[in-house]
Amino acid sequence: MSTFWSLWITVITLGTIFACWWLLWATRKGQSTDQETDRTTGHSFDGIEELDNPLPKWWFYLFIGSCVFSLGYLALYPGLGNFEGFLGWSQHSQWENEVQQADAKYSEIYAEFGSVPVAKLADNGRAMQMGQRLFANNCAVCHGSAARGAIGFPNLTDDAWLYGGEPEDILHTLNNGRQGNMPAKGFMPNMTSVQVDQVVNYVLSFSGREKDKAAAEAGKEVYAQGCAGCHGPEAKGNPDLGAPNLTDDAWLYGSTYDWIEETVLYGRQNNMPKQSDRLSSDQIQILAAYVFSLSN
Amino acid sequence: MRPNLSHPELTGKTMSTVNSNLTYNYKVVRQFTIMTVVWGIIGMSLGVLIAAQLVWPAANLDFAFTHFGRLRPLHTNAVIFGFGGSALFATSYYVVQRTCQARLFSDGLAAATFWGWQLVLVSAAITLPLGYTSTKEYAELEWPIDILITLVWVTYAVVFFGTITKRKTPHIYVANWFYGAFILTVAVLHIGNSLALPVSAFKSYSVYSGVTDAMIQWWYGHNAVGFFLTAGFLGMMYYFVPKQAGRPVYSYRLSIVHFWALIATYVWAGGHHLHYSALPDWAQTVGMVMSLILLAPSWGGMINGMMTLSGAWHKLRTDPILRFLVVSLSFYGMSTFEGPMMAIKTVNALSHNTDWTIGHVHSGALGWVAMITIGAVYHLVPKLWGIQAMYSTPLINLHFWLATVGTVLYIVAMWVNGIMQGLMWRAINDDGTLTYSFVEALEASTPGYFVRFLGGVIFLFGMLVMAYNVRMTIRQKDAVALDNQAVQPA
Repeated sequence: MSTFWSLWITVITLGTIFACWWLLWATRKGQSTDQETDRTTGHSFDGIEELDNPLPKWWFYLFIGSCVFSLGYLALYPGLGNFEGFLGWSQHSQWENEVQQADAKYSEIYAEFGSVPVAKLADNGRAMQMGQRLFANNCAVCHGSAARGAIGFPNLTDDAWLYGGEPEDILHTLNNGRQGNMPAKGFMPNMTSVQVDQVVNYVLSFSGREKDKAAAEAGKEVYAQGCAGCHGPEAKGNPDLGAPNLTDDAWLYGSTYDWIEETVLYGRQNNMPKQSDRLSSDQIQILAAYVFSLSN
Repeated sequence: MRPNLSHPELTGKTMSTVNSNLTYNYKVVRQFTIMTVVWGIIGMSLGVLIAAQLVWPAANLDFAFTHFGRLRPLHTNAVIFGFGGSALFATSYYVVQRTCQARLFSDGLAAATFWGWQLVLVSAAITLPLGYTSTKEYAELEWPIDILITLVWVTYAVVFFGTITKRKTPHIYVANWFYGAFILTVAVLHIGNSLALPVSAFKSYSVYSGVTDAMIQWWYGHNAVGFFLTAGFLGMMYYFVPKQAGRPVYSYRLSIVHFWALIATYVWAGGHHLHYSALPDWAQTVGMVMSLILLAPSWGGMINGMMTLSGAWHKLRTDPILRFLVVSLSFYGMSTFEGPMMAIKTVNALSHNTDWTIGHVHSGALGWVAMITIGAVYHLVPKLWGIQAMYSTPLINLHFWLATVGTVLYIVAMWVNGIMQGLMWRAINDDGTLTYSFVEALEASTPGYFVRFLGGVIFLFGMLVMAYNVRMTIRQKDAVALDNQAVQPA
């Protein structure tokens, strides 16, 4: 901040504290007695009078004490504009110190597992206990504490994998994140509402749930043009693109007619954030093994 | 037996020895007093409902407009601005007239504040459940309602300060200092925080952005507590405590020091809501030290109220109204000690975002604001309707115990929950991972949520007892009027 604002803050902060101090002393100085008294100020408001009692001593010193403490605190910590305080403390330095200490303390514990292959690590009870905790801390908020997922967040306990379920796939997902993007109406930006209905019926027909057989039949053509490019001619999906298999019973966004219609009409964007800037590679190794263990 | 209506104080018509033709405007006071009880019951019922939703989530009834996220702002608006606001209007209009020995500056403008304020509250009760919100806590109402609030508030200031300028007394009584500070500062806070660019009839965006918006919001938010819920109610305290106790105010000097120190330091304290956030360090530190300094000025008010009772402590045995007033001062002292402690960064690191904060707010809201309001209403109602006393003193006593037990259950439950949540969130395993997930801390909070619900139900029941008592008192007045008519020769 500029020198002007720094000075402004300093002056009004100290000014407020010293004004309180002055008010206290000035009022106390004017006291005619320091004993409790029955004398009133002589005013009467709707019958209410006011006694001319002195400021209670303990209260006076409490007030002075809190002012003194505050002045001391402002000398030690950042508060008066740009002045950083004699301790050089800041919330950022406190955070960095604590992270550093934690890293130094805990990195050893994780280090022994970092080079163990994922599939083998999945059989290590102690590593999996840690994996479960890492999962609860970092993944459960989206995927659920039982890893069963939710609308838009994949279930990690089944055999359906958007980007593949092999150890190296899971490691890649954790390290780099994934950005899923299904464009609205696939490759057919001019898809008509009749065609939307047809293709939704066709997709439903993979699991025998079409509402209208004729529409489903007609939807085959729409699918081939608008969807097959990513989901494949057999609708088995494509893990390279993260395109889901449409023939199984795993659905990222609801399986009903209405849900699928919404997906076709508006598309879907999804983002799994990368973890490599939050977790160490040793921790990611353990986490990958834990996720692997959920379905293997 | 017929109450003695000949006493001037009871008729509410003439009072002053200076000007025997003086009459006070009690109509607007009566209106606001009734609405204090009505909004109290509405706001606290909503509180009980959302407390129930935290124990039994199905109590959100699966409608968007009965969802916690929409009813919670309605609860806070109804209790702060409906219940607390009506109480402040009622008592400030009553106190300023009696302590200035002057009728309100304008009956028409006073009536406009009543109907305007009720319109604000009804608009809140419609728009908040429909999901219209500016998203600013305690300032959720959208811009058209904000403008209405501003108009009502300026009118309020004209009526209040106009009456002060008409006063027959040489000095201005301390209660009016506090009411005056509350009216002026709330105007500045409301306008400053609500500045926004409207994009449609019911949607606007704050003119502030990022951390500036957060700081302005908490400058407003904390001073909604400091000026609306503290300074205003200290004004109430300075009239009703000495009046009910029949004792002089303990120390005029203390009044001066704690008044100026309170209003000077409160406006600084908002930064403590944003500890360990994107707010720059200096603003957090200043927020913290001013909150600590605030302890003494806050306690100044408690001391002045409590010590006013010296020589009258025996009255507590027989006067449940005085008991309400004294217990409210105790809760005031307790929560104004708790507040500065929670403003310390290291304490805040534990308490922030936990139920402790909600407990702290309610020890102020139920223990201080509601209790002193209830005491003031029981003092006012007989005077406003020209009756000697409330219909039933045992019912006031029952209300006192319901309110006290309800408040204590509420805040103890939230202390236990809050400290438990804070400790669970920071507990770590020997591999550095968090011991508990958020859901586990939530699950562990359920018993506390139930006790809080119970406390709320008990407090609300007390309010219903009060409504009955007030209604029976007012009906007594009607009976007296009928009796009087009956004995009039035709």
